Amino acid sequence: MTIGDIKNFLNADVLCGEDLLDKEVHTACGSDMMSDVLAFVKDQSVLITGLCNPQTVRTAEMMDIVCICFVRGKVPDEAVIELARQRGLAILATNMRMFEACGILYEKGLRGGASH
Amino acid sequence: MSSLKFHYVVDKTDFTRAGEASSDVKGKLRKMGCDPEVIRKVAIAMYEGEINMVIHAKGGVIDVEITPTDIILVLKDNGPGIADIEKAMQAGYSTASENIRSLGFGAGMGLPNMKKYSDEMNIDTVLGVGTTVTMVVHMK
Repeated sequence: MTIGDIKNFLNADVLCGEDLLDKEVHTACGSDMMSDVLAFVKDQSVLITGLCNPQTVRTAEMMDIVCICFVRGKVPDEAVIELARQRGLAILATNMRMFEACGILYEKGLRGGASH
Repeated sequence: MSSLKFHYVVDKTDFTRAGEASSDVKGKLRKMGCDPEVIRKVAIAMYEGEINMVIHAKGGVIDVEITPTDIILVLKDNGPGIADIEKAMQAGYSTASENIRSLGFGAGMGLPNMKKYSDEMNIDTVLGVGTTVTMVVHMK
């Protein structure tokens, strides 16, 4: 699945990283708690979250996450988007709720990947 | 190769900037051509430590030493100290406020994650004086 596929499945807007839409995403993680995200390690993940502060981008950066999708219609401020741009991350925003967004991506074949 | 040393001051008030030091170290290690798994372990362990310093201890200092065999992180704060290390090491145990939780932290995974991602960890804490956490990640 690519970031572009996720954008289409979740009817999401692209806030930054238009040039990354062809990038492959292998696993997903849905959480508003960044410490829980940091406990989970997998390559080329998408982070689905309703938490909208700079630490979302920092966490993604530390974990080598390639894309953040904000749910529930949340849009981060420009400073957060700029940080993501600098770090080469794609940011999507959808009006869907967390459960719905995760459910659709799961149905389309994306999996969480085992933590270790 | 001799060792490289870096010193960072973690701002005590600005939560939005927490993680800048970890980000800088991650960039440096990447430029040095370190193994990606080693880089990720260092980045996550240090980032959790940095966040802890901001939310629990009003900031502190971090010294990073990169040797041919190890990456050594020493995080020192003058915060309240850890009352019960055994409990603090349990996944899910947290003393963080509701305000911190609303920022996405305080899930009780900070110290467990730091232990998980470092190869060696030592906590030296004195109540009312401060905490020094030393973590070592071995180069592959």
